[in-house]
Amino acid sequence: MSQIDSALGANRVLTGQDMSMPQDENRVRASFAVNLRRRQLKERIFFVSIFSATLVALAILVYLVASIAYDGYPYLTWDFFTNFPSRFANKAGFKSAIYGSVWLGGLTLVFSVLLGVGAAVYLQELASKGRISSLIELSIATLAGVPSIIYGMLGLGIFVRFLSLGRSVLAGALTLSLLIMPVIIIAAREALKSVPDSIRMGAFALGATRWQTVRDHVLPAALPGIATGVILAMARAVGEAAPLILLGALTYVAFVPESIFDSFTAMPIQIFNWTSRPQPAFHQLAAAGIMVLLVFLLICNSAAIYLRSKWGAKKR
Amino acid sequence: MTSRSQKWAPISPLQRWREKLVLKSLLICASVSVFTTLGIIYILLEESAFFFSHVSPLEFFFTTRWAPLFEPRSFGILPLVSGTLLISVGALFVALPLGLGIAIYTAEYAQGWWQKVLKPTLEILAGIPSVVYGYFALTQVTPLLQKIFPNVEVFNAASASIVIAIMVLPTIASICDDSLRAVPKAVRDGAYALGTRRSEVVAHIVVPSALSGILASFILAFSRAVGETMAVTLAAGATPQLTLNPFLGVQAMTAYIAQVSLGDVAHGSVEYQSIFAVGLVLFLMTLAMNLLSQFIVKRYARKYE
Repeated sequence: MSQIDSALGANRVLTGQDMSMPQDENRVRASFAVNLRRRQLKERIFFVSIFSATLVALAILVYLVASIAYDGYPYLTWDFFTNFPSRFANKAGFKSAIYGSVWLGGLTLVFSVLLGVGAAVYLQELASKGRISSLIELSIATLAGVPSIIYGMLGLGIFVRFLSLGRSVLAGALTLSLLIMPVIIIAAREALKSVPDSIRMGAFALGATRWQTVRDHVLPAALPGIATGVILAMARAVGEAAPLILLGALTYVAFVPESIFDSFTAMPIQIFNWTSRPQPAFHQLAAAGIMVLLVFLLICNSAAIYLRSKWGAKKR
Repeated sequence: MTSRSQKWAPISPLQRWREKLVLKSLLICASVSVFTTLGIIYILLEESAFFFSHVSPLEFFFTTRWAPLFEPRSFGILPLVSGTLLISVGALFVALPLGLGIAIYTAEYAQGWWQKVLKPTLEILAGIPSVVYGYFALTQVTPLLQKIFPNVEVFNAASASIVIAIMVLPTIASICDDSLRAVPKAVRDGAYALGTRRSEVVAHIVVPSALSGILASFILAFSRAVGETMAVTLAAGATPQLTLNPFLGVQAMTAYIAQVSLGDVAHGSVEYQSIFAVGLVLFLMTLAMNLLSQFIVKRYARKYE
C-alpha cells in the first residue's frame, strides 16, 4: 500500500518532467480504478465454476446409481436371491454371498461393539491421562490411516495361520472388527464427550461409583450417538472386500455357512468375481448384486441419519 | 457425627472388586488397538524378512522390472510404485479442484435446507464400496474414455484415477468445508468492510486462512488413493510397467497383492512372500502421509480467539 502511495506522490511531483513516468502512472491508476464490471464478471465466473463442481458431483452420483440399476434390473429376480453361484449367468445367484455377508456383519457387529465401545469408555471416562492412554491414542490414530488390505495381511498372519481358524467366517469377522474398531472408537468418544458433565456430577454426588455412573447415566445418554457411529462403521465393513481376499475368502461357494468355522463368500467378493469376468452377462449379474448391496447400505445409512436427527432434536 | 455417617453405606469390597474388574477389562479392550498396531508391524517385518533373505533389497528397491510370477523372475518394485503414484496423482488432479470447489460452495454460498441436504448427499459417494467403483470404471468410464481417445486400453490408469477421484471427493470436500467454516466471521467482515466481493474474500482471505486444513485433506485423500484396492485391481489391470501414459494398463501395489492372493501361488514361496514386502512399502508410504497431515494440522493451524 505504502509503495503505491509513494509512487502516486512521486508522480505528482515529477509529472511532465520524466517521460517514462506517465506510463507508470497509468498502471498505478489502473490498479485503483473502479473496475467493478470486471470484478462482477470474476465473481460470476467463480460462482459458476464452484456451483458446477457441485452439480458435477451430484450428477455423477445420480448417473452411477442409475446406470447400475439399469444394468442390473433384468437379473433381479427371485432366483437371484435363492440360487447359488454358477458358471451359467442365467442360473447364477447371490444366495451364498448374502448369507455370508449377514454372518460376517453380525459377528463383526458383536466384536467391534465390545472392543470399540469398551475402548472408548476407557479412554474417555475412566483412564487417567498418562503414558498408557497416550500410547493407545497414538495407535488409534495410526490404525485409522492403515489401508484395508494391510488388515487382511494381519488377519492372515494372526487369525488364519497363528490361531489356525482357517478361511472361516470367524477369521473374516475378527479381521473386519479390527478394521472398523478405530472408526467406532472415534465416533463413540465423540458421543461420550457430548454428554454434559452435570450428569456425571449428579451421579457422583449421589454416591455412585465411576462404573455405575458410566453404566447407568453416561452410556444411555450417549447411546444414540454411539449407535450412529456403529451403524456407519458396519456399513463400511459389509462393503469391504480387500481384506477378505487376502484371507482367502472363496469366490465360488455353493453352500450357506452353518457355523462360525465354515468358509464363506461375501457380497463384495461375489461382485468382484462377476465383474472381473469378460462376459457382459456376468457384468449385469454384478450390477444386480451391487443393487442388493447398495439397498442394504442405504437402509443402514437411513437408520444412522434417523438416529442422528432424533438425537439432535432431543438434546436441544 | 459418627451416628450420621453410619447411615451412608460404605462401598462394599464386592463393589470395589467390580470397579477394578471393569477397569481392567476395558483397559484390555483399549489396548487391543496397541496390539493391532504392533501386530501389523510385526507381521509385515517378519514375513518380508523371509523375502529379503532371498531377494536383495538393492534389487527390490532399485531395479525396474517386476515379474515375480514368470521366468526369469525379477523383483524390482519401482513399476508397482510408479503405477500407484500415476493413479493416485491422476486422481488428485481431478479431485482437488472439484473437492475444494464443492467445499467453498457448501461452506460459503449454499444456504438453508439446500446446504443441509447437500453435505450428506455428497457423502453417499464416500459410503459406496470400492468394488462398486471398480465396476463403474470398467463398464462406464473406460468405454467413455475409449470413445473420446481411441488409443485407450481396456485396463487403464485413467479410469482408475477418475473413479478414485470420485471416491475421495467427499473426504476432501468435507474436511475443507470444516476448515473453511472454522475461519471466524470477524475476519470475513473485515474484508467486506474494505469493499471486497465475496469471491475475493474467499480467494484472498478465507482459503489462505484455512490452508492447513485444506492441505491436510489433500494428503489424507492421497493416502486413501494409495491404499485403495478393489477399484484399482478391476480398472487398472495387472501389467506392471514404468509409464506416465494414463491410457495404458498399470499395476498398483495393492492390485499386485490382490492378484497374488486370488491366484494359486503356494503359500511360503518367495513369490507369495513378496506381497508382504510390497505391503510393508505400502504401509510405510501411507503412514508417512498420515503423520505429515497430522503434523500440518498441528503445526500450521491458525488459532483464533
